[in-house]
Amino acid sequence: MLLEINDLHVYYKSYWYILKVLNGVWLRVDKGERVGIIGESGSGKTTLLKSILKILPQNGIIPRGEIRYDGKNILKLGDNELTKIRRKEIGIIFQDPMAALNPVFTIREQLYDIIKHKMMIEGHNPSSRELHEQAVKILNDVRLPDPERVLESYPFQLSGGMRQRVMIAMALISAEKLLLADEPTTNLDVTIQDQILKLIHKLVIEKNLSTILVSHALGMVYQMTDRVFVLYAGDIMEEAGTNELFNHPKHPYTQLLISSTPRLSSVGVGEGIKGKIPDYRNPPPGCRFAPRCPYVMDKCINMKPGKIQVNKDHVVSCHLYD
Amino acid sequence: MTVENVTTSTRLQKILDNYYVRKILLSIVTLFGISILIFTIARVLPGDPARLALGPRAPEDVVEQYRKLLRLDQPIYVQYFYWLLDVFNGRFGLSLVTFRDVLTDIIEFIPATVELIIFTLIIDVIGALSLGVISGRKPNSIIDNAVRIFAYAGIAIPSFVWAIILQLVLANWLDLLPAYGRLSLGIEVNRITGLITVDALLNGNLVAFADAITHLIIPSLSLAIGSIAQEARILRANLIENINKDYILNMYAHGIPNSIIFFKYALKPSMIPTVTIMTLDMASTLGNAFLVELIFNWPGLSRYGITAMLRKDLNAIVGVVLVIGLAYTIASIIIDLLVSYLDPRVRYKR
Repeated sequence: MLLEINDLHVYYKSYWYILKVLNGVWLRVDKGERVGIIGESGSGKTTLLKSILKILPQNGIIPRGEIRYDGKNILKLGDNELTKIRRKEIGIIFQDPMAALNPVFTIREQLYDIIKHKMMIEGHNPSSRELHEQAVKILNDVRLPDPERVLESYPFQLSGGMRQRVMIAMALISAEKLLLADEPTTNLDVTIQDQILKLIHKLVIEKNLSTILVSHALGMVYQMTDRVFVLYAGDIMEEAGTNELFNHPKHPYTQLLISSTPRLSSVGVGEGIKGKIPDYRNPPPGCRFAPRCPYVMDKCINMKPGKIQVNKDHVVSCHLYD
Repeated sequence: MTVENVTTSTRLQKILDNYYVRKILLSIVTLFGISILIFTIARVLPGDPARLALGPRAPEDVVEQYRKLLRLDQPIYVQYFYWLLDVFNGRFGLSLVTFRDVLTDIIEFIPATVELIIFTLIIDVIGALSLGVISGRKPNSIIDNAVRIFAYAGIAIPSFVWAIILQLVLANWLDLLPAYGRLSLGIEVNRITGLITVDALLNGNLVAFADAITHLIIPSLSLAIGSIAQEARILRANLIENINKDYILNMYAHGIPNSIIFFKYALKPSMIPTVTIMTLDMASTLGNAFLVELIFNWPGLSRYGITAMLRKDLNAIVGVVLVIGLAYTIASIIIDLLVSYLDPRVRYKR
């Protein structure tokens, strides 16, 4: 087991209220496994990924839970060990490459700093020639044409696809074991999305990386993952092998999510799910999906469902299966 | 059209496309507009400049003659035409108070103001950056709250009140610094540039240099406090906002040391709005200098300007306003250069 998250709670504090976003999330990633997290916008997917690296915004707090990486609880790790993991072991691709690249520094400046600090933790202080070689190599790896020009550029001078390739390059520098990808294609043109996905897929296989792919593009998750977790409003609703989950979804939310995805083969557009994500200031005390669930029962309102093993490799958190 | 004609016209086009060339041309037009405006305003204001210049006892025919000499009996556009002619010949008209050419006066008085403003700017930049950084680094800490209180006071209290407070406390009560003037009695510096600190160094007179600095501290500080307060708050707000941006979290995700993240990746983008605000603050500093120079008996342009306005010294008013306009223009070009240095998006879109 490479990564195991148990009972993770994440809150965002503001002056007037507390947003209780993650509500006891669990997750596990085996070595070499590619895991998907699906769920609609605002479910806490990005928050979950950011807490794995402990890079929540300053108002984010983790009151409870553990994130076990390689046997160590990341939340209790000393600075040195955490820095080592961040520099060498886990890499993250952010959702919007324009927002994740510093607008006032060249790609060279940012890439060099990342490469340099990674090499320093390996006990080697690189010369600028080594940095340059490494940077060009990593940009070649993500199939960026004309790496020299890219290095000289500022983020706004690159196209969306190129920026995301730079982002992937940065993530790969640090991701020797685990790659976190937070909706890596959402902010790209449709024509580029497929290229980027194929690139990530290829690199993951090449480097034999464990991956967590977060997305609400279900087709992409279906193609690229071995196991899927369904996250809704800060709770894991269901976990199963990818094929099992898409073919035999158990949780009403998963069923609705899958049926609301438009397909080429069907007539018209899917129904969508009525209602919206609950207010995190005052979330439902029982199942967080209860207010929108077509099968809601009395006990759903007040009691949070536990994990129920419906068959081997398929867990659902729903009172229907008690 | 011959080939040569084409190349000269495209070359001219290229020069005109340059952002700074356009900006300089535009500021010349602006200064021209200001001159017309002020020229007219100064002349339509009530009061007879000739009478004021010669005093109440001068006989009416002498005053009338003087009026003719100043061309005040002619229509304003004719007066303006002659004034413009003078300007192109390097003269700004006679001052009715000093009876010298206004340009001569300005050259005499401007170094004191320039020195004051430059020193104010230095204190401003150092103060705003350090206070903004220490409060932005640890928001809501004790230091941040102390800076907050200082900033509210700094913004709310006008600079001439600061001038009096600082004069009272630092000069009168604690006797740490001189209360007014540019140099202590008995210390003299040969005028070369008119900036006493620079002249003292050029003369190799370190005692005079130190003395000039001590005289600069209170006036500059009282001029700078308001700007420091405002800029420190803006820098703090931008730092706090930027530190939660994805491009900063991305650097944390790669294990880059906190100090590099803060002082390099967060500070540079946060400086951009602060530097922009500095232009506006420099503008108000020039305005505030009018009162502060009066309080500290500072022989600068602002004091000259006030006297000119009270005595309805027509040409001097126009001259002083034009110099201030020119200062704005230069300041805004400097700020433009700084912002485009900090922000490549600005640099490449021009």
